[in-house]
Amino acid sequence: MNRRAVILLTGLAITLLALPLFANSYLLSIATLFLFFAYTGQAWNIMMGFAGQLSLGHALYLGVGGYSAAALYFHYGISPLIGLWLAVMICAALSACLGALAFRYGISGVYFTLLTIAFAECARIGFDHFTWLGGSAGLFLKVAQRDRIDILNLRGPPALYYYAILLLAGLAFGLCSWLLRRRPGYYWQAIRENEEAAAALGINTFRWKILAVVISAAMTAVAGVFLAFYYNNLFPEQIFNINRSVEIILGPIVGGMGTLFGPVIGAALMTLLTDGATELVAALGWDIPGVKQLIYGVILLAVVVFLPHGIWPAIARKLKLER
Amino acid sequence: MNLLEVQNVEKSFRGLRAVSDVSFEVEANSIVALIGPNGAGKTTLFNLIAGALAPDNGTISFDGQPIAGLRPDQICARGIGRTFQIVKPFAGLSVLDNVTVGALQRNANVITARAVAEDILIKLGLAAKCDQPAASLTLPDRKRLEVARALATGPKLLLLDEVMAGLRPTECDEVVAILRALKQRDGMTILLIEHVMRAVMALADRVIVLHHGEIIGEGTPAEVVRQPAVVASYLGETSEP
Ligand SMILES: Nc1ncnc2c1ncn2[C@@H]1O[C@H](COP(=O)(O)OP(=O)(O)O)[C@@H](O)[C@H]1O
Ligand SMILES: [Mg+2]
Repeated sequence: MNRRAVILLTGLAITLLALPLFANSYLLSIATLFLFFAYTGQAWNIMMGFAGQLSLGHALYLGVGGYSAAALYFHYGISPLIGLWLAVMICAALSACLGALAFRYGISGVYFTLLTIAFAECARIGFDHFTWLGGSAGLFLKVAQRDRIDILNLRGPPALYYYAILLLAGLAFGLCSWLLRRRPGYYWQAIRENEEAAAALGINTFRWKILAVVISAAMTAVAGVFLAFYYNNLFPEQIFNINRSVEIILGPIVGGMGTLFGPVIGAALMTLLTDGATELVAALGWDIPGVKQLIYGVILLAVVVFLPHGIWPAIARKLKLER
Repeated sequence: MNLLEVQNVEKSFRGLRAVSDVSFEVEANSIVALIGPNGAGKTTLFNLIAGALAPDNGTISFDGQPIAGLRPDQICARGIGRTFQIVKPFAGLSVLDNVTVGALQRNANVITARAVAEDILIKLGLAAKCDQPAASLTLPDRKRLEVARALATGPKLLLLDEVMAGLRPTECDEVVAILRALKQRDGMTILLIEHVMRAVMALADRVIVLHHGEIIGEGTPAEVVRQPAVVASYLGETSEP
Protein backbone atom coordinates (compact mmCIF):
# COMPACT_ATOMS: atom_id res chain seq x y z
CA MET A 1 0.00 0.00 0.00
CA ASN A 2 1.32 3.48 -0.75
CA ARG A 3 1.20 6.55 1.49
CA ARG A 4 -1.96 8.03 0.06
CA ALA A 5 -3.84 4.81 0.72
CA VAL A 6 -2.56 4.72 4.29
CA ILE A 7 -3.67 8.33 4.90
CA LEU A 8 -7.07 7.64 3.35
CA LEU A 9 -7.52 4.53 5.44
CA THR A 10 -6.42 6.16 8.71
CA GLY A 11 -8.79 9.09 8.15
CA LEU A 12 -11.66 6.71 7.50
CA ALA A 13 -10.85 4.61 10.55
CA ILE A 14 -10.71 7.63 12.89
CA THR A 15 -13.98 9.04 11.58
CA LEU A 16 -15.72 5.72 11.96
CA LEU A 17 -14.34 5.13 15.46
CA ALA A 18 -15.41 8.54 16.68
CA LEU A 19 -18.81 8.58 14.97
CA PRO A 20 -21.00 7.58 17.98
CA LEU A 21 -19.57 10.56 19.90
CA PHE A 22 -21.28 13.10 17.65
CA ALA A 23 -23.85 11.21 15.58
CA ASN A 24 -27.55 11.23 16.47
CA SER A 25 -29.42 7.94 16.55
CA TYR A 26 -30.66 8.29 12.97
CA LEU A 27 -27.18 8.81 11.58
CA LEU A 28 -25.86 5.99 13.76
CA SER A 29 -28.47 3.58 12.40
CA ILE A 30 -27.54 4.53 8.83
CA ALA A 31 -23.86 4.09 9.61
CA THR A 32 -24.60 0.68 11.14
CA LEU A 33 -26.43 -0.34 8.00
CA PHE A 34 -23.57 0.91 5.86
CA LEU A 35 -21.06 -1.16 7.82
CA PHE A 36 -23.33 -4.17 7.65
CA PHE A 37 -23.35 -3.98 3.85
CA ALA A 38 -19.63 -3.22 3.73
CA TYR A 39 -19.09 -6.42 5.70
CA THR A 40 -21.46 -8.69 3.76
CA GLY A 41 -20.26 -7.15 0.49
CA GLN A 42 -16.71 -8.04 1.44
CA ALA A 43 -17.81 -11.62 2.19
CA TRP A 44 -19.67 -11.99 -1.11
CA ASN A 45 -16.77 -10.41 -2.95
CA ILE A 46 -14.46 -13.27 -1.93
CA MET A 47 -16.63 -15.70 -3.84
CA MET A 48 -17.57 -13.59 -6.86
CA GLY A 49 -15.00 -10.80 -7.03
CA PHE A 50 -12.01 -13.00 -6.22
CA ALA A 51 -12.97 -16.48 -7.38
CA GLY A 52 -15.61 -15.62 -10.00
CA GLN A 53 -18.44 -17.72 -8.57
CA LEU A 54 -21.73 -15.79 -8.65
CA SER A 55 -23.98 -16.42 -5.66
CA LEU A 56 -27.47 -14.97 -5.59
CA GLY A 57 -28.33 -16.95 -2.51
CA HIS A 58 -26.28 -15.39 0.27
CA ALA A 59 -29.53 -14.77 2.17
CA LEU A 60 -29.25 -18.49 2.96
CA TYR A 61 -26.23 -17.89 5.18
CA LEU A 62 -27.69 -14.75 6.74
CA GLY A 63 -30.79 -16.72 7.67
CA VAL A 64 -29.24 -19.98 8.78
CA GLY A 65 -26.54 -18.07 10.68
CA GLY A 66 -29.06 -15.79 12.34
CA TYR A 67 -31.43 -18.59 13.25
CA SER A 68 -28.65 -20.82 14.64
CA ALA A 69 -27.43 -18.29 17.18
CA ALA A 70 -30.94 -16.99 17.90
CA ALA A 71 -32.20 -20.53 18.56
CA LEU A 72 -29.44 -21.21 21.08
CA TYR A 73 -30.15 -17.91 22.82
CA PHE A 74 -33.95 -18.20 22.67
CA HIS A 75 -34.24 -21.79 23.83
CA TYR A 76 -31.20 -22.25 26.05
CA GLY A 77 -30.02 -18.75 26.90
CA ILE A 78 -26.65 -19.43 25.28
CA SER A 79 -24.65 -16.32 24.43
CA PRO A 80 -24.49 -15.28 20.76
CA LEU A 81 -20.73 -15.11 21.13
CA ILE A 82 -20.89 -18.89 21.43
CA GLY A 83 -23.85 -19.28 19.06
CA LEU A 84 -21.74 -17.48 16.50
CA TRP A 85 -19.49 -20.52 16.16
CA LEU A 86 -22.41 -22.85 15.64
CA ALA A 87 -23.70 -20.47 12.95
CA VAL A 88 -20.28 -20.41 11.29
CA MET A 89 -19.92 -24.19 11.38
CA ILE A 90 -23.40 -24.91 10.04
CA CYS A 91 -23.04 -22.39 7.22
CA ALA A 92 -19.56 -23.60 6.38
CA ALA A 93 -20.85 -27.18 6.13
CA LEU A 94 -23.92 -26.13 4.16
CA SER A 95 -21.89 -24.11 1.67
CA ALA A 96 -19.33 -26.89 1.33
CA CYS A 97 -22.16 -29.24 0.37
CA LEU A 98 -23.52 -26.75 -2.15
CA GLY A 99 -20.05 -26.17 -3.59
CA ALA A 100 -19.15 -29.85 -3.72
CA LEU A 101 -22.42 -30.68 -5.43
CA ALA A 102 -22.00 -27.94 -8.01
CA PHE A 103 -18.30 -28.29 -8.72
CA ARG A 104 -18.26 -32.09 -8.71
CA TYR A 105 -21.02 -32.26 -11.29
CA GLY A 106 -19.76 -29.40 -13.39
CA ILE A 107 -22.62 -27.04 -12.54
CA SER A 108 -21.15 -23.65 -13.41
CA GLY A 109 -22.06 -20.19 -14.62
CA VAL A 110 -25.78 -19.36 -14.48
CA TYR A 111 -26.61 -22.89 -13.39
CA PHE A 112 -24.41 -22.48 -10.35
CA THR A 113 -26.17 -19.21 -9.59
CA LEU A 114 -29.56 -20.90 -9.92
CA LEU A 115 -28.41 -23.54 -7.48
CA THR A 116 -27.53 -20.87 -4.90
CA ILE A 117 -31.00 -19.36 -5.32
CA ALA A 118 -32.61 -22.78 -5.02
CA PHE A 119 -30.80 -23.50 -1.74
CA ALA A 120 -31.96 -20.18 -0.25
CA GLU A 121 -35.54 -20.72 -1.42
CA CYS A 122 -35.59 -24.23 0.05
CA ALA A 123 -34.42 -22.82 3.36
CA ARG A 124 -37.10 -20.10 3.24
CA ILE A 125 -39.84 -22.66 2.71
CA GLY A 126 -38.33 -25.08 5.22
CA PHE A 127 -38.05 -22.46 7.97
CA ASP A 128 -41.62 -21.33 7.28
CA HIS A 129 -42.69 -24.73 8.58
CA PHE A 130 -40.06 -25.06 11.31
CA THR A 131 -42.27 -24.39 14.31
CA TRP A 132 -39.50 -24.90 16.88
CA LEU A 133 -38.07 -21.65 15.48
CA GLY A 134 -41.40 -19.88 15.18
CA GLY A 135 -42.18 -20.87 11.61
CA SER A 136 -43.64 -18.21 9.37
CA ALA A 137 -44.88 -16.25 12.43
CA GLY A 138 -41.27 -15.40 13.21
CA LEU A 139 -38.83 -15.75 16.09
CA PHE A 140 -38.59 -12.87 18.57
CA LEU A 141 -35.72 -12.19 20.92
CA LYS A 142 -36.15 -10.21 24.10
CA VAL A 143 -35.62 -6.58 23.15
CA ALA A 144 -32.44 -5.11 24.52
CA GLN A 145 -32.48 -2.69 27.41
CA ARG A 146 -30.94 0.26 25.72
CA ASP A 147 -29.17 1.62 28.80
CA ARG A 148 -27.41 -1.57 29.89
CA ILE A 149 -24.42 -2.90 28.09
CA ASP A 150 -24.29 -6.70 28.02
CA ILE A 151 -21.64 -7.59 25.51
CA LEU A 152 -21.84 -11.29 26.26
CA ASN A 153 -25.44 -11.43 25.08
CA LEU A 154 -25.06 -8.68 22.50
CA ARG A 155 -27.67 -6.55 24.29
CA GLY A 156 -27.20 -2.81 24.70
CA PRO A 157 -27.47 0.65 23.18
CA PRO A 158 -27.19 1.24 19.41
CA ALA A 159 -23.53 2.20 19.78
CA LEU A 160 -22.78 -1.36 20.91
CA TYR A 161 -24.14 -2.73 17.64
CA TYR A 162 -22.36 -0.03 15.75
CA TYR A 163 -19.01 -0.96 17.24
CA ALA A 164 -19.70 -4.67 16.80
CA ILE A 165 -20.31 -4.31 13.08
CA LEU A 166 -17.44 -1.83 12.76
CA LEU A 167 -15.15 -4.47 14.26
CA LEU A 168 -16.50 -7.09 11.85
CA ALA A 169 -16.14 -4.81 8.83
CA GLY A 170 -12.59 -3.96 9.88
CA LEU A 171 -11.68 -7.61 10.36
CA ALA A 172 -13.23 -8.53 7.03
CA PHE A 173 -11.28 -5.81 5.28
CA GLY A 174 -8.07 -7.01 6.91
CA LEU A 175 -8.77 -10.64 6.06
CA CYS A 176 -9.56 -9.87 2.43
CA SER A 177 -6.50 -7.70 2.06
CA TRP A 178 -4.39 -10.51 3.49
CA LEU A 179 -5.98 -13.20 1.33
CA LEU A 180 -5.70 -11.15 -1.83
CA ARG A 181 -1.97 -10.64 -1.43
CA ARG A 182 -1.23 -14.26 -0.77
CA ARG A 183 -1.55 -17.55 -2.55
CA PRO A 184 -5.36 -17.83 -2.18
CA GLY A 185 -5.85 -14.45 -3.85
CA TYR A 186 -3.63 -15.35 -6.78
CA TYR A 187 -5.23 -18.76 -7.18
CA TRP A 188 -8.80 -17.47 -6.94
CA GLN A 189 -8.16 -14.75 -9.47
CA ALA A 190 -6.54 -17.24 -11.82
CA ILE A 191 -9.62 -19.46 -11.54
CA ARG A 192 -11.85 -16.44 -12.13
CA GLU A 193 -9.94 -15.42 -15.25
CA ASN A 194 -9.53 -18.87 -16.81
CA GLU A 195 -10.20 -22.08 -14.98
CA GLU A 196 -8.58 -24.38 -17.53
CA ALA A 197 -5.35 -22.41 -17.52
CA ALA A 198 -5.44 -22.30 -13.72
CA ALA A 199 -5.68 -26.10 -13.55
CA ALA A 200 -2.80 -26.45 -16.00
CA LEU A 201 -0.67 -24.33 -13.65
CA GLY A 202 -1.18 -26.82 -10.85
CA ILE A 203 -4.21 -25.34 -9.12
CA ASN A 204 -6.70 -27.83 -7.71
CA THR A 205 -9.63 -25.71 -8.84
CA PHE A 206 -12.23 -27.81 -7.02
CA ARG A 207 -10.56 -27.34 -3.66
CA TRP A 208 -9.87 -23.63 -4.06
CA LYS A 209 -13.38 -22.85 -5.25
CA ILE A 210 -14.80 -24.72 -2.25
CA LEU A 211 -12.51 -22.72 0.04
CA ALA A 212 -13.80 -19.42 -1.39
CA VAL A 213 -17.41 -20.53 -0.98
CA VAL A 214 -16.86 -21.69 2.60
CA ILE A 215 -15.03 -18.56 3.77
CA SER A 216 -17.66 -16.37 2.15
CA ALA A 217 -20.53 -18.31 3.72
CA ALA A 218 -18.93 -18.44 7.16
CA MET A 219 -18.43 -14.67 7.14
CA THR A 220 -22.01 -14.11 6.03
CA ALA A 221 -23.24 -16.36 8.84
CA VAL A 222 -21.70 -13.95 11.34
CA ALA A 223 -23.56 -11.10 9.65
CA GLY A 224 -26.76 -13.12 10.11
CA VAL A 225 -26.08 -13.42 13.84
CA PHE A 226 -25.56 -9.67 13.99
CA LEU A 227 -28.80 -9.05 12.12
CA ALA A 228 -30.80 -11.31 14.42
CA PHE A 229 -29.57 -9.61 17.59
CA TYR A 230 -29.75 -6.11 16.12
CA TYR A 231 -33.38 -6.36 15.03
CA ASN A 232 -34.42 -8.95 17.64
CA ASN A 233 -36.69 -10.72 15.19
CA LEU A 234 -36.38 -13.22 12.37
CA PHE A 235 -38.92 -14.04 9.69
CA PRO A 236 -38.12 -16.66 7.03
CA GLU A 237 -40.02 -14.54 4.51
CA GLN A 238 -37.64 -11.64 5.13
CA ILE A 239 -34.26 -13.05 5.97
CA PHE A 240 -34.19 -15.71 3.25
CA ASN A 241 -35.73 -13.38 0.69
CA ILE A 242 -33.86 -13.05 -2.59
CA ASN A 243 -34.03 -9.27 -2.10
CA ARG A 244 -31.63 -9.76 0.78
CA SER A 245 -29.21 -11.57 -1.51
CA VAL A 246 -29.50 -8.80 -4.08
CA GLU A 247 -28.92 -6.08 -1.46
CA ILE A 248 -25.71 -7.82 -0.47
CA ILE A 249 -24.29 -7.92 -3.97
CA LEU A 250 -25.18 -4.37 -5.10
CA GLY A 251 -22.46 -2.74 -3.00
CA PRO A 252 -19.51 -4.70 -4.37
CA ILE A 253 -20.85 -4.55 -7.94
CA VAL A 254 -21.30 -0.79 -7.84
CA GLY A 255 -18.10 -0.22 -5.87
CA GLY A 256 -15.92 -2.56 -7.92
CA MET A 257 -15.87 -6.33 -7.81
CA GLY A 258 -12.66 -8.02 -6.87
CA THR A 259 -11.26 -4.90 -5.21
CA LEU A 260 -10.76 -4.25 -1.49
CA PHE A 261 -12.33 -0.81 -1.32
CA GLY A 262 -15.10 -1.52 -3.81
CA PRO A 263 -17.47 -3.21 -1.35
CA VAL A 264 -16.90 -0.39 1.18
CA ILE A 265 -17.52 2.44 -1.28
CA GLY A 266 -20.41 0.60 -2.87
CA ALA A 267 -22.04 -0.01 0.51
CA ALA A 268 -21.65 3.67 1.38
CA LEU A 269 -23.25 4.76 -1.88
CA MET A 270 -26.11 2.28 -1.70
CA THR A 271 -26.95 3.21 1.91
CA LEU A 272 -26.76 6.90 1.11
CA LEU A 273 -28.92 6.36 -1.94
CA THR A 274 -31.61 4.44 -0.09
CA ASP A 275 -31.90 6.99 2.69
CA GLY A 276 -30.74 9.98 0.70
CA ALA A 277 -33.45 9.47 -1.89
CA THR A 278 -36.08 9.41 0.87
CA GLU A 279 -34.70 12.61 2.39
CA LEU A 280 -34.41 14.32 -0.96
CA VAL A 281 -37.95 13.47 -1.94
CA ALA A 282 -39.22 14.74 1.41
CA ALA A 283 -37.19 17.94 1.16
CA LEU A 284 -38.41 18.68 -2.34
CA GLY A 285 -41.96 17.92 -1.29
CA TRP A 286 -42.45 15.55 -4.22
CA ASP A 287 -45.36 13.42 -3.27
CA ILE A 288 -45.17 11.10 -6.24
CA PRO A 289 -45.33 7.36 -5.59
CA GLY A 290 -42.27 5.47 -6.76
CA VAL A 291 -40.09 8.54 -7.24
CA LYS A 292 -37.66 7.27 -4.61
CA GLN A 293 -37.18 3.98 -6.44
CA LEU A 294 -36.77 5.92 -9.67
CA ILE A 295 -33.94 8.07 -8.31
CA TYR A 296 -32.32 4.95 -6.88
CA GLY A 297 -32.64 3.14 -10.19
CA VAL A 298 -31.33 5.99 -12.32
CA ILE A 299 -28.23 6.50 -10.21
CA LEU A 300 -27.55 2.77 -10.20
CA LEU A 301 -27.96 2.66 -13.96
CA ALA A 302 -25.62 5.61 -14.40
CA VAL A 303 -22.90 3.93 -12.36
CA VAL A 304 -23.22 0.65 -14.23
CA VAL A 305 -23.23 2.34 -17.64
CA PHE A 306 -20.47 4.89 -17.09
CA LEU A 307 -18.28 2.92 -14.67
CA PRO A 308 -18.71 -0.68 -15.78
CA HIS A 309 -15.88 -1.85 -13.53
CA GLY A 310 -17.31 -0.01 -10.54
CA ILE A 311 -16.50 3.19 -8.74
CA TRP A 312 -13.32 2.23 -6.95
CA PRO A 313 -11.19 1.32 -10.00
CA ALA A 314 -12.06 4.72 -11.48
CA ILE A 315 -11.15 6.57 -8.27
CA ALA A 316 -7.98 4.52 -7.88
CA ARG A 317 -6.88 5.48 -11.38
CA LYS A 318 -7.56 9.17 -10.67
CA LEU A 319 -5.71 9.13 -7.36
CA LYS A 320 -3.00 6.85 -8.73
CA LEU A 321 -3.61 4.39 -5.94
CA GLU A 322 -3.20 0.71 -6.40
CA ARG A 323 -6.45 -1.15 -6.81
CA MET B 1 16.43 -42.51 -20.11
CA ASN B 2 12.88 -41.88 -21.30
CA LEU B 3 11.13 -39.11 -19.42
CA LEU B 4 7.80 -39.66 -21.14
CA GLU B 5 6.41 -42.91 -22.48
CA VAL B 6 3.14 -43.01 -24.38
CA GLN B 7 1.82 -46.48 -25.16
CA ASN B 8 -1.12 -47.44 -27.40
CA VAL B 9 -3.05 -44.31 -26.47
CA GLU B 10 -6.48 -43.81 -28.02
CA LYS B 11 -9.11 -41.11 -27.82
CA SER B 12 -12.39 -40.77 -29.70
CA PHE B 13 -14.93 -37.95 -29.75
CA ARG B 14 -18.38 -39.37 -30.44
CA GLY B 15 -17.16 -41.92 -32.94
CA LEU B 16 -14.42 -39.72 -34.39
CA ARG B 17 -11.01 -41.19 -33.67
CA ALA B 18 -8.84 -38.21 -32.86
CA VAL B 19 -5.91 -40.30 -31.59
CA SER B 20 -5.61 -43.97 -32.41
CA ASP B 21 -3.03 -46.37 -31.04
CA VAL B 22 -0.25 -43.85 -30.62
CA SER B 23 3.01 -44.91 -28.97
CA PHE B 24 6.21 -42.91 -28.63
CA GLU B 25 8.87 -41.88 -26.12
CA VAL B 26 10.56 -38.65 -25.25
CA GLU B 27 14.10 -38.97 -23.97
CA ALA B 28 15.19 -36.75 -21.10
CA ASN B 29 16.90 -33.51 -22.15
CA SER B 30 15.83 -33.77 -25.76
CA ILE B 31 13.55 -31.74 -27.99
CA VAL B 32 10.93 -33.72 -29.87
CA ALA B 33 8.68 -32.09 -32.45
CA LEU B 34 5.18 -33.30 -33.21
CA ILE B 35 4.06 -32.30 -36.68
CA GLY B 36 1.10 -33.07 -38.89
CA PRO B 37 -1.75 -31.36 -40.72
CA ASN B 38 -4.60 -29.59 -38.94
CA GLY B 39 -6.97 -32.00 -37.26
CA ALA B 40 -4.30 -34.71 -37.03
CA GLY B 41 -4.87 -35.03 -33.28
CA LYS B 42 -1.78 -33.24 -31.99
CA THR B 43 -3.56 -30.99 -29.52
CA THR B 44 -5.72 -33.89 -28.37
CA LEU B 45 -2.56 -35.87 -27.67
CA PHE B 46 -1.27 -32.95 -25.56
CA ASN B 47 -4.55 -32.82 -23.68
CA LEU B 48 -4.20 -36.53 -22.92
CA ILE B 49 -0.67 -36.14 -21.62
CA ALA B 50 -1.50 -33.02 -19.60
CA GLY B 51 -4.64 -34.51 -18.05
CA ALA B 52 -7.16 -32.19 -19.66
CA LEU B 53 -8.62 -35.35 -21.23
CA ALA B 54 -8.47 -38.97 -20.10
CA PRO B 55 -7.48 -41.54 -22.74
CA ASP B 56 -9.98 -44.23 -23.73
CA ASN B 57 -7.15 -46.75 -23.88
CA GLY B 58 -3.43 -46.98 -23.37
CA THR B 59 -0.91 -45.88 -20.77
CA ILE B 60 1.16 -42.76 -20.29
CA SER B 61 4.05 -42.73 -17.91
CA PHE B 62 6.18 -39.85 -16.80
CA ASP B 63 9.40 -40.29 -14.85
CA GLY B 64 8.53 -43.99 -14.51
CA GLN B 65 5.10 -43.32 -12.97
CA PRO B 66 1.73 -43.85 -14.70
CA ILE B 67 -0.08 -40.51 -15.12
CA ALA B 68 -2.97 -41.25 -17.48
CA GLY B 69 -6.24 -40.17 -15.90
CA LEU B 70 -4.73 -37.82 -13.32
CA ARG B 71 -6.11 -34.28 -13.07
CA PRO B 72 -4.25 -31.45 -14.84
CA ASP B 73 -3.09 -29.94 -11.53
CA GLN B 74 -1.70 -33.31 -10.39
CA ILE B 75 0.18 -33.70 -13.65
CA CYS B 76 1.55 -30.20 -13.33
CA ALA B 77 2.73 -31.07 -9.83
CA ARG B 78 4.53 -34.14 -11.24
CA GLY B 79 6.52 -31.81 -13.48
CA ILE B 80 4.77 -31.31 -16.82
CA GLY B 81 4.11 -27.73 -17.94
CA ARG B 82 1.91 -27.01 -20.94
CA THR B 83 0.82 -24.12 -23.12
CA PHE B 84 -2.47 -23.76 -24.97
CA GLN B 85 -2.64 -23.43 -28.75
CA ILE B 86 -5.55 -21.04 -28.26
CA VAL B 87 -3.89 -18.85 -25.66
CA LYS B 88 -5.58 -18.56 -22.28
CA PRO B 89 -4.05 -15.61 -20.45
CA PHE B 90 -5.47 -14.38 -17.14
CA ALA B 91 -6.57 -11.27 -18.99
CA GLY B 92 -7.40 -9.12 -15.98
CA LEU B 93 -4.10 -9.77 -14.20
CA SER B 94 -0.75 -8.19 -14.94
CA VAL B 95 1.86 -10.11 -16.92
CA LEU B 96 3.90 -10.57 -13.74
CA ASP B 97 0.89 -11.85 -11.79
CA ASN B 98 0.11 -14.31 -14.59
CA VAL B 99 3.55 -15.84 -14.24
CA THR B 100 3.52 -15.59 -10.44
CA VAL B 101 0.46 -17.86 -10.37
CA GLY B 102 2.57 -20.49 -12.10
CA ALA B 103 5.55 -19.93 -9.83
CA LEU B 104 3.40 -20.47 -6.72
CA GLN B 105 3.32 -24.15 -7.69
CA ARG B 106 6.81 -24.66 -6.27
CA ASN B 107 7.12 -21.56 -4.06
CA ALA B 108 4.36 -21.12 -1.47
CA ASN B 109 5.65 -17.66 -0.61
CA VAL B 110 4.42 -14.89 -2.89
CA ILE B 111 7.62 -12.87 -2.62
CA THR B 112 9.84 -15.73 -3.78
CA ALA B 113 7.29 -16.68 -6.42
CA ARG B 114 7.38 -13.13 -7.79
CA ALA B 115 11.16 -13.22 -7.90
CA VAL B 116 11.07 -16.50 -9.83
CA ALA B 117 8.47 -15.02 -12.18
CA GLU B 118 10.59 -11.93 -12.79
CA ASP B 119 13.60 -14.08 -13.72
CA ILE B 120 11.53 -16.04 -16.20
CA LEU B 121 10.08 -12.88 -17.75
CA ILE B 122 13.61 -11.59 -18.26
CA LYS B 123 14.57 -14.86 -19.92
CA LEU B 124 11.61 -14.60 -22.28
CA GLY B 125 12.09 -10.92 -23.06
CA LEU B 126 8.83 -9.85 -21.45
CA ALA B 127 10.30 -8.03 -18.47
CA ALA B 128 9.51 -4.57 -19.84
CA LYS B 129 5.83 -5.47 -19.99
CA CYS B 130 5.52 -7.07 -16.56
CA ASP B 131 3.13 -4.45 -15.15
CA GLN B 132 0.81 -4.38 -18.15
CA PRO B 133 -2.46 -6.25 -17.98
CA ALA B 134 -2.15 -9.48 -19.98
CA ALA B 135 -5.18 -8.37 -22.01
CA SER B 136 -3.06 -5.63 -23.58
CA LEU B 137 -0.44 -7.99 -25.04
CA THR B 138 -0.14 -8.73 -28.76
CA LEU B 139 -0.60 -12.32 -29.91
CA PRO B 140 3.14 -13.09 -30.17
CA ASP B 141 3.60 -11.76 -26.63
CA ARG B 142 0.64 -13.78 -25.40
CA LYS B 143 2.32 -16.88 -26.80
CA ARG B 144 5.46 -16.00 -24.88
CA LEU B 145 3.39 -15.46 -21.78
CA GLU B 146 2.02 -18.98 -22.19
CA VAL B 147 5.57 -20.31 -22.25
CA ALA B 148 6.60 -18.14 -19.29
CA ARG B 149 3.69 -19.33 -17.18
CA ALA B 150 4.30 -22.99 -17.97
CA LEU B 151 8.00 -22.56 -17.25
CA ALA B 152 7.24 -20.92 -13.91
CA THR B 153 5.66 -24.12 -12.61
CA GLY B 154 9.15 -25.64 -12.59
CA PRO B 155 8.53 -28.48 -15.05
CA LYS B 156 10.87 -31.24 -16.19
CA LEU B 157 8.92 -31.55 -19.43
CA LEU B 158 7.45 -28.66 -21.41
CA LEU B 159 4.57 -29.21 -23.82
CA LEU B 160 4.44 -26.33 -26.31
CA ASP B 161 1.48 -26.13 -28.68
CA GLU B 162 2.26 -23.98 -31.73
CA VAL B 163 3.98 -21.22 -29.80
CA MET B 164 5.63 -19.92 -32.98
CA ALA B 165 2.51 -19.70 -35.11
CA GLY B 166 1.98 -16.16 -36.33
CA LEU B 167 5.45 -15.00 -35.36
CA ARG B 168 7.67 -13.12 -37.79
CA PRO B 169 10.88 -14.99 -38.76
CA THR B 170 13.04 -12.85 -36.45
CA GLU B 171 10.66 -13.37 -33.54
CA CYS B 172 10.62 -17.06 -34.38
CA ASP B 173 14.42 -17.20 -34.24
CA GLU B 174 14.34 -15.52 -30.83
CA VAL B 175 12.02 -18.20 -29.47
CA VAL B 176 14.18 -20.92 -31.04
CA ALA B 177 17.19 -19.47 -29.22
CA ILE B 178 15.26 -19.34 -25.94
CA LEU B 179 14.14 -22.97 -26.24
CA ARG B 180 17.61 -24.14 -27.20
CA ALA B 181 19.04 -22.39 -24.16
CA LEU B 182 16.40 -24.03 -21.96
CA LYS B 183 17.50 -27.42 -23.17
CA GLN B 184 21.23 -26.83 -23.05
CA ARG B 185 21.50 -24.64 -19.97
CA ASP B 186 18.62 -25.84 -17.82
CA GLY B 187 18.43 -29.47 -18.94
CA MET B 188 14.80 -29.06 -20.00
CA THR B 189 12.96 -31.67 -22.04
CA ILE B 190 10.58 -30.26 -24.63
CA LEU B 191 7.80 -31.77 -26.71
CA LEU B 192 6.55 -29.23 -29.20
CA ILE B 193 3.79 -29.09 -31.76
CA GLU B 194 4.95 -26.86 -34.57
CA HIS B 195 4.01 -26.01 -38.13
CA VAL B 196 6.92 -23.69 -38.68
CA MET B 197 9.40 -26.12 -40.33
CA ARG B 198 12.20 -23.60 -40.00
CA ALA B 199 11.93 -23.94 -36.21
CA VAL B 200 11.46 -27.69 -36.29
CA MET B 201 14.59 -28.19 -38.43
CA ALA B 202 16.60 -25.93 -36.16
CA LEU B 203 15.48 -27.35 -32.84
CA ALA B 204 14.26 -30.90 -32.94
CA ASP B 205 16.40 -33.90 -32.09
CA ARG B 206 13.56 -36.09 -33.28
CA VAL B 207 10.35 -35.51 -35.23
CA ILE B 208 7.10 -37.47 -34.96
CA VAL B 209 4.56 -37.10 -37.75
CA LEU B 210 0.89 -37.54 -36.93
CA HIS B 211 -1.85 -37.94 -39.54
CA HIS B 212 -5.51 -38.83 -38.92
CA GLY B 213 -4.60 -39.69 -35.33
CA GLU B 214 -1.84 -42.13 -36.27
CA ILE B 215 1.92 -41.87 -36.35
CA ILE B 216 3.02 -42.12 -39.99
CA GLY B 217 6.65 -41.19 -39.67
CA GLU B 218 9.40 -40.71 -37.13
CA GLY B 219 13.09 -39.82 -37.17
CA THR B 220 15.54 -36.96 -37.25
CA PRO B 221 14.33 -33.83 -39.04
CA ALA B 222 16.50 -34.65 -42.05
CA GLU B 223 15.15 -38.21 -42.23
CA VAL B 224 11.52 -37.25 -41.83
CA VAL B 225 11.42 -34.72 -44.64
CA ARG B 226 12.57 -37.46 -47.03
CA GLN B 227 9.92 -40.04 -46.05
CA PRO B 228 7.42 -40.37 -48.92
CA ALA B 229 4.36 -40.83 -46.66
CA VAL B 230 5.22 -37.66 -44.77
CA VAL B 231 5.82 -35.63 -47.89
CA ALA B 232 2.56 -36.84 -49.42
CA SER B 233 0.34 -36.25 -46.42
CA TYR B 234 1.87 -33.21 -44.81
CA LEU B 235 4.86 -31.46 -46.25
CA GLY B 236 3.44 -31.45 -49.73
CA GLU B 237 0.37 -29.55 -48.55
CA THR B 238 2.03 -27.00 -46.38
CA SER B 239 2.97 -23.56 -47.59
CA GLU B 240 5.21 -22.77 -44.60
CA PRO B 241 8.91 -22.48 -45.42
N1 LIG C 1 -13.18 -31.58 -27.37
C1 LIG C 1 -13.43 -32.10 -28.60
N2 LIG C 1 -14.66 -32.56 -28.92
C2 LIG C 1 -14.91 -33.09 -30.14
N3 LIG C 1 -14.00 -33.21 -31.11
C3 LIG C 1 -12.75 -32.76 -30.87
C4 LIG C 1 -12.41 -32.18 -29.59
N4 LIG C 1 -11.10 -31.83 -29.64
C5 LIG C 1 -10.66 -32.18 -30.86
N5 LIG C 1 -11.63 -32.73 -31.61
C6 LIG C 1 -11.48 -33.26 -32.97
O1 LIG C 1 -10.39 -34.15 -32.97
C7 LIG C 1 -9.61 -33.99 -34.13
C8 LIG C 1 -8.19 -33.65 -33.78
O2 LIG C 1 -8.15 -32.31 -33.30
P1 LIG C 1 -6.83 -31.66 -32.71
O3 LIG C 1 -6.25 -32.57 -31.72
O4 LIG C 1 -7.18 -30.29 -32.24
O5 LIG C 1 -5.91 -31.56 -33.99
P2 LIG C 1 -4.57 -30.74 -34.27
O6 LIG C 1 -4.14 -30.12 -33.00
O7 LIG C 1 -3.61 -31.75 -34.77
O8 LIG C 1 -4.89 -29.73 -35.30
C9 LIG C 1 -10.31 -32.93 -34.98
O9 LIG C 1 -11.11 -33.57 -35.93
C10 LIG C 1 -11.15 -32.18 -33.97
O10 LIG C 1 -12.29 -31.66 -34.58
MG1 LIG D 1 -3.85 -28.16 -32.53
